[in-house]
Amino acid sequence: MIARIAAALTLGVGLAFSAQANAQDTVKIGLIMAYSGPFADTANQMQAGIDLYIAQHGDEVAGKKIEIIKKDTGGPKADEAKRLAQELVVRDGVDILAGFTLTPEALGAAGVADQGKKFMVVMNAATSIITEKSPNIVRTSMTIPQLNTAFGKWAFEKAGVKQAYTLVADYAPGHDAEKSFAKGFTDAGGKIVGADTSPMGPPDFSAFVQRIKDASPEAVFVFIPGGAQPPALGKALAQRGLTPPDVKLLAQGELTFPEAIESMGDTAKGIITTFNYTMERDDPTNNAFVKAYREANGGRSPDIYSVGGYDGMHLIYEALKKTGGDTSAEALVEASKGMSWESPRGKMTIDPETRDVIQSVYIREVKEVDGKLQNVVIDEIPEVKDPLHGMAN
Amino acid sequence: MTTPASSTADNHAWLRRQARWSPYELAFWLAVLIPFWVFPTYLTLASQIAITALFAVSVDLVLGYAGIVTLGHAMFFGLGAYAAGLLTKAGWGEPLSGLVLSGLLTALVGLLVSFMIVRVQHLALLMITLGLGLLTAELANSLGWLTGGTDGLQGVDVWPVFNHFEFDLWGYTAYAYALAALFVGVAAARRIVHSSFGLSLRGVRENLNRMPAIGSPWRRHLQIVYTISAGMAGIAGAVLTHTTETVSLDSLSFQRSADVVVMLILGGTGRLYGAILGAAIFMIARDQLSDMNPQYWYFWIGLLLMLVVLFMPKGILGGLSGLLRRLGG
Repeated sequence: MIARIAAALTLGVGLAFSAQANAQDTVKIGLIMAYSGPFADTANQMQAGIDLYIAQHGDEVAGKKIEIIKKDTGGPKADEAKRLAQELVVRDGVDILAGFTLTPEALGAAGVADQGKKFMVVMNAATSIITEKSPNIVRTSMTIPQLNTAFGKWAFEKAGVKQAYTLVADYAPGHDAEKSFAKGFTDAGGKIVGADTSPMGPPDFSAFVQRIKDASPEAVFVFIPGGAQPPALGKALAQRGLTPPDVKLLAQGELTFPEAIESMGDTAKGIITTFNYTMERDDPTNNAFVKAYREANGGRSPDIYSVGGYDGMHLIYEALKKTGGDTSAEALVEASKGMSWESPRGKMTIDPETRDVIQSVYIREVKEVDGKLQNVVIDEIPEVKDPLHGMAN
Repeated sequence: MTTPASSTADNHAWLRRQARWSPYELAFWLAVLIPFWVFPTYLTLASQIAITALFAVSVDLVLGYAGIVTLGHAMFFGLGAYAAGLLTKAGWGEPLSGLVLSGLLTALVGLLVSFMIVRVQHLALLMITLGLGLLTAELANSLGWLTGGTDGLQGVDVWPVFNHFEFDLWGYTAYAYALAALFVGVAAARRIVHSSFGLSLRGVRENLNRMPAIGSPWRRHLQIVYTISAGMAGIAGAVLTHTTETVSLDSLSFQRSADVVVMLILGGTGRLYGAILGAAIFMIARDQLSDMNPQYWYFWIGLLLMLVVLFMPKGILGGLSGLLRRLGG
């Protein structure tokens, strides 16, 4: 009994403290990301985007000071993310939960955003369902179906591919990519002549590539994690003569990150990818962003993760301006709905219905420009929505 | 020269003396209640420490007492976590019965695995446990329709404990729940290690060749303790599922198996409370260090581990009790 009373008392005192913290003139943003472990590089690029935005726009919005608190999950750990989110809310008294490098992190924290009534901004995690977990969640990155369903349709209608083969890594994003590409492609009228999954471990693609050769498709859609796999696949395809333009190679943009192109060398030439951000796209907003980013990060170029973080901060800043510093989840979500702005990636809008991103999907091809291989935008599909939202209902 | 009968009585008296709750232990169990009043904003961390400690105690039973080196115990932790999660998804969200069922299931799997475990030692044992752990993690990954794959299990819905205490945002219920599980686990583990069965386990650890010579059915003993340990690890996993309402592949990861061994070495193996202390130090250090620098906190854990192994080879608790004994003369 005494314990219960004491617990209730401390709870009361604690709440009073956190209320007091809110009343002060700061807006606390808790970032939950995988700063250590195998996804640390992704988190660091996101952080660099966030830092750049704050450096450019000051740390004061609507008369309030922005304070950032970083928490490390170490990887795709839902339980860890949930605990960190709980602590951020009850101990640090944050007003906004943000970051989220990986889907399990976002799903783990979603319940806290819902229960604790906090505005939550997903800056990278790319599984469709995340935004459906709570009405307080808004996303500024992309979803895999968004990029690849549009890509499948494009491949049939614009690139004239009639039949294709898919090879994806055996993990959830790979399966998502395969499904959504196949949906876009077959709905448009194309035919999938073969589908294969490759293991996540050390790359040896010779058997897979032989099977592709036997099926002799016009195009191969691949989705494999970055790192050692892309160059290995590039080599295996080249050895068996399955290179563009004879066989088109289609993929999501991670396959042709600058580092990946470098390690693939000439085998990268002609690969066609789909992405929502292209560093090389010639556009004044983007050029200024790339320049500032490189200056702030010792020459390192921004990528899709940096842009997710950058735009996430933009959303938070603009929403706070609209609410006049009110940090309640309801007000911030309302302010975000339908918000539209010119981002380094092009025009983007927060869908008022799904709170997810509506944006252009760029189709890029690896070409030689001034003696250097890079992603050249060859087509743009404007205002693409995530096709899966509302499907489950 | 004593007669055999009286020496047996002596032995039993000695065992009973060993099994008595010491004042230090009572002080410890009172101390773990402090966070409820003093650190109410740290209760979620405290509950995860209690869960990790229960997991570490289960590993201590096999590693510290029976000498079974394992690098794959997260397999049972994760199985328990998924079992509890799937049970709530199937519509039965009552936590206590969920714990029991998850524990029984993992104990059953532990029993099956134990037939293989007792056949090998040393490096081969390490490889077998490591391999089984990796296989289970990969199995859960490929059974995406059941486990949700890398996205984690969705739709875990746990009912309030005793139909009354909801798992709240502050973590009051979570900590009380995890602490109760830890207490029951430690009480059971104490009972085991302070029995003649526990002594025979230590015999296996110290000298495997002599055990058959004195007629001890050591293989069966190892199987029993391995099964119990598996069940306990599964319960720890189930508690994690219940308190966080999430299950991800990470619960089966090699990292978790390795971290728990690090905790045991930090705290000291073969003394139960060493496992708890190790888990607490590891988790608190990680929390504090990663607040200071989220990118490179593991460096400090590595440094701490090296210092402990170099200067306190019996772990922090072992070192402390050695110190106490020396001071006491």
